[in-house]
Amino acid sequence: MSALLSIEGLGITFGGLKAVHDVGFSVREGEIVSVIGPNGAGKTTLFNMISGVYQPGAGRVSLSGEDVTGMRPDLLARRGLSRTFQNLQIFQSMTVLENAIAGYHLRESGSVLADLLGLPASRRRALTAREGARALLARVGLDRAAEREAGNLCYGALKRLEIARALALNPKVLLLDEPAAGCNAVETEEIDHLIAEVAASGVAILLVEHDMKMVMRISNHIVVLDHGEKIAEGDPATVSRDPAVIAAYLGTEADHADG
Amino acid sequence: MSELLQFLLSGVTVGAVYALVALGFTIIFNASDVVNFAQGEFVMLGGMTTVFAHAAGLPLPLAALVAILATAAIGVALNKLAIEPARGAPVVSLIIITIGASIFIRGAAQLVFDKQIHKLPAFSGDDPIVLLGATILPQSLWVICGALVVFAGLWFFFTRTLLGRAVLATSNNRLAAQLVGINTNFVMTLSFALSAGIGALAGVLVTPITLTSYDVGLGLALKGFAGAMLGGMGNPKGALAGGFLLGLLEALTAGYLSSQYKDAAAFVVILAVLFFMPQGLFGRKSTDRV
Repeated sequence: MSALLSIEGLGITFGGLKAVHDVGFSVREGEIVSVIGPNGAGKTTLFNMISGVYQPGAGRVSLSGEDVTGMRPDLLARRGLSRTFQNLQIFQSMTVLENAIAGYHLRESGSVLADLLGLPASRRRALTAREGARALLARVGLDRAAEREAGNLCYGALKRLEIARALALNPKVLLLDEPAAGCNAVETEEIDHLIAEVAASGVAILLVEHDMKMVMRISNHIVVLDHGEKIAEGDPATVSRDPAVIAAYLGTEADHADG
Repeated sequence: MSELLQFLLSGVTVGAVYALVALGFTIIFNASDVVNFAQGEFVMLGGMTTVFAHAAGLPLPLAALVAILATAAIGVALNKLAIEPARGAPVVSLIIITIGASIFIRGAAQLVFDKQIHKLPAFSGDDPIVLLGATILPQSLWVICGALVVFAGLWFFFTRTLLGRAVLATSNNRLAAQLVGINTNFVMTLSFALSAGIGALAGVLVTPITLTSYDVGLGLALKGFAGAMLGGMGNPKGALAGGFLLGLLEALTAGYLSSQYKDAAAFVVILAVLFFMPQGLFGRKSTDRV
């Protein structure tokens, strides 16, 4: 099976600081790859480069074999790459349902004139989007909050809403930045199942997550970053025994002296 | 009674112009959070271009169309040349850029056109229509209908169409809009074109009544801005209501107090409203969270 998402030698510097340096790996269809590492290791920066929010300073990102390095997020979304954010990017003053519907619009195409006249095709399209969005909300357990204003939801619920919106795009590759953050144990398990289900449907999933139990449970492959560089990769069992990984997480004497 | 009606009619006419300018503010504000102070220049460009195109021999409707399209193109240029390169700058900086653009457009208009005051013929003659003892010019009806039609069009555009909703999504959260595949650059370009076109239309409609010259934009921008703020910035309904309300306030003050106080009275009322309702009459509470 060929890689849906592959990254080679990706790097970026911020004012002389190498935030990410020479990182490469790939994610295949139906595979769940997790990126882990201590705070500040460059995980979110890596995500931002892959999803076009930052322009990479070096390296290459390809989606289904096509070079998409530094492409705008909206164009990436149209090519099947969709993501969520650690700090949430939600349409705050829209309802939960409208947020999910927004994700659907990409699949539809219609003319402004047809919409204005309320032509049957245009109404049917709106109805399909609405039903599809409702089904997705049910999938993430937000169906009862559909009519509430998104800005009033709690963090955990917004995380799930963002996943629902990302799924509405019908992505080939899904980047999830800490999907379980702010969720309780039950919700985390639900997200677990959801991610596994999505992967089983053939979507390539790239995950950043701090909940190690979750990462070990669902990942096929783990990439470990520290100080912006890849220090290890492999299956969960291999990575969890890797001395470099343990050192990165627990720190060495010198690190502690740095503060 | 007929006196009051007369004041109301002239208030509604002036208010319709303010409403059109306020609607122009609303569109750009919705897409980008920027208050575009060059909005008044769009009105001036609409009027002046029509005058010169008409004088060059084009029939009036064609001259008006040329003016609206040309102004829309200038709106796009303003976005591409001045706003887009500064993306990521704080909103206040962008607003200052629009003030600079407004000064630039006024200066350029002085050179390209001239410094004279110009008039356009009224679309449907100059014979006043008598209504319950008061009179109204046919051209005033054009202005009022123009404002209502533009409002209705925008209302349907924003609530019914995919593209309109994309504009709202962009204003709500630009990054999230990009994530769901919305080309936010295109949304911005479209907003400037639309806003400039509507401003130009206002200029075309009002020039037969108020005349035009290179420097009419600033006053209109201020009044339109005040109308938009009164109604609640970002809300088309608010822009329409705010514009009309402001026009009525002015006309009534001018009629019953003195025309010298009309601007002052209008602004005092606006300050009072904003003091008690900082979001304006139709504005919604900000729901941003940190």
